[in-house]
Amino acid sequence: MTLITEDGAAEDRFTRADTLEAALAAEGPVLVPLPVAADYLAKRPGAETGISVPGATSIDEIRPHLAAAALVAVEFPGFSDGRGFSLARKIRREGFAGTLRASGPLIADQFADALACGFTEVELPETMANRQPVQQWLAAKETMSVHYQTGYGTEPSILQQRLTARKGATR
Amino acid sequence: MYRYDEFDERFVRERVAQFRGQVERRIDGSLSEDEFKPLRLKNGLYLQLHAYMLRIAVPYGTLNSRQLRQLAHIAETYDKGYGHFTTRQNLQFNWPKLKDVPDILGLLADVEMHCIQTSGNCIRNVTSDQFAGVAADEVEDPRPTAELIRQWSSLHPEFVWLPRKFKIAVTGASHDRAAIKVHDIGLKLKRDAAGAVGYEVIVGGGLGRTPMIGKVIREFLPKDELLAYLEAVMRVYNSEGRRDNKFKARVKILVHETGEEEFRARVEEEYARLDGPTINAPDEEVRRIAAYFAPPAYATLPETSAVLDAARAADPALDRFVAQNGFAHKQPGYIALTIALKEIGAVPGDMSAAQMRAFADLAETYSFDEFRVTHSQNLVLPHVRKDDVPAVFAALKAAGLASANAGLITDIIACPGLDYCALATAKSIPIAQAIAKTFADEKRQAAIGELPIKISGCINACGHHHVGAIGILGLEKGGRENYQITVGGDASEHAALGERLGPGIDAEDVPAAIEAIVETYLAEREGGESFIETVRRAGIEPFKAGFASFLDDRAPASEAAE
Repeated sequence: MTLITEDGAAEDRFTRADTLEAALAAEGPVLVPLPVAADYLAKRPGAETGISVPGATSIDEIRPHLAAAALVAVEFPGFSDGRGFSLARKIRREGFAGTLRASGPLIADQFADALACGFTEVELPETMANRQPVQQWLAAKETMSVHYQTGYGTEPSILQQRLTARKGATR
Repeated sequence: MYRYDEFDERFVRERVAQFRGQVERRIDGSLSEDEFKPLRLKNGLYLQLHAYMLRIAVPYGTLNSRQLRQLAHIAETYDKGYGHFTTRQNLQFNWPKLKDVPDILGLLADVEMHCIQTSGNCIRNVTSDQFAGVAADEVEDPRPTAELIRQWSSLHPEFVWLPRKFKIAVTGASHDRAAIKVHDIGLKLKRDAAGAVGYEVIVGGGLGRTPMIGKVIREFLPKDELLAYLEAVMRVYNSEGRRDNKFKARVKILVHETGEEEFRARVEEEYARLDGPTINAPDEEVRRIAAYFAPPAYATLPETSAVLDAARAADPALDRFVAQNGFAHKQPGYIALTIALKEIGAVPGDMSAAQMRAFADLAETYSFDEFRVTHSQNLVLPHVRKDDVPAVFAALKAAGLASANAGLITDIIACPGLDYCALATAKSIPIAQAIAKTFADEKRQAAIGELPIKISGCINACGHHHVGAIGILGLEKGGRENYQITVGGDASEHAALGERLGPGIDAEDVPAAIEAIVETYLAEREGGESFIETVRRAGIEPFKAGFASFLDDRAPASEAAE
């Protein structure tokens, strides 16, 4: 697996553990499926924990676990399944300020959108990372410098920039 | 009409560069064919039966002369000298080469055009009333709303990977010419009891293999809340729309399976949670866009034109043209003219480069440099002085664009069908041509009156056959092309789906079958009823009976032929 943030390749500090036993046996921070999260945190209260959720999961199921999670990994079954983008928005709307990971065979062309929807990193299968190395992701992120939609990403939208320019002109 | 500012310009230029990069990354193997496909589709590039097809966005069907001249140049340089206007007010080139596409996109950007989201599982090019700003029955011009949606939906970070395609139409008039009830979202500008302007929001209409009439999800949405409400609908659909079966992935299926009440509740719940004031366009922006659609500098003229009246009296062809293709303009002394791309025997919607140039000159000289594309694959000169109509008609005739058949039985909508399309199961263009030839006599057409025929060459229904007063669906049956005929479809505010008359028939029998249906109508008609009004009043049964006797009469002849 390759981990890519907006600054480039990053090291994955989390170890994936699919069962409670595996999670308890692992060293360092673990990334566990949502159904395992409550039991794990009961045994390891306060541990730095990641929760893995399929993109189709309802926010109502995720909400109770967000306060204790350091990382949420949204699993994309395929790059063209856009549910994860909406789920990222809903998770951020709950006030989640931790690491939000898009995990799955995404393509570099989706990087800017993933970041705009609130993801902080992408976890790619190795086969994908070989075809689309980190440089392509960083380049793809820069192809569009402006966007129309307000409330996505950190840069002001075109609509906001127009408003600012108009106010400057009338001052 | 709308003009790009520096932001729109930069956006479209960067999109061209982005696509150029995507083509390069496909060629060097970074992107697999499966990964590249949706990227090229979202830029309007299809792989068709014989070649690539490039679909160019004509937002809400509005163009100017400079843009049309550029399209003529592209048609001659990169295609076979013509373009094809579609049922979604767009333009398609059927023969571009992949390597040329980035250059074509650059030429389009030079005239403020693009191919963004004319295909793929995303929000498609927004459509509207071709008589926007012209019609007297308008609450408000729908084009500023359509332009706002064009901008908001372009490369939306969250809604580019939807379960399926998503089409939005807007109308501002009481008579619906934008078919809002058969779109994924239909918006109708209206006033509430206090006189405030807002929208009726209709969700879940559509044609295709499971045709459905949309449901009113919001009776009245205040105008300034539009984008936030659209975001709520899109988020519910993106999260919950089916992805297990592409034939059940449209929002109409979600609305149908969830139930209208429950779907409405989910949208309202999402709407209550999102941050409306941030998402919605500021009032200044709405007004900035609206200013581009202010009425042009009309002259103050009397309602009637002595020049035109005299010319009509002297020239029966001009008289027929104005009577059939003219549309009442709200400004005294002006008229809107429909230019039917439906010469008898021609391909519906096709326009040659020479015709584009001739028409561009007319729009520039006589219609404030503006024209419209209609979903009936025709064009409209929206603001012509009545005094100028004789000159315009003469120029149209010279260009082969003066067919006086707008709305008549020979003004047929047809999808590209088996002549171009990889999905088609039957031909549709030759069927349209054969019907047009059968009814070529102008007096006969005039006697029959308004009768929109719509033809699709497969169940995906790009020819909108479900909402044709007569609909024709071409299928493949036992190795032969077979055509099912429906009657009673309507895309207006009386939206209805057509009903099948009986078993499918062979291609060569279609024109005679249409004649039989027309005979039934003429026998049943009361007073000045149009075809669809007769069907609405008399019901489908007389037409079924007429069709059955047509089949009986055909049977001995067919056996003898075998």
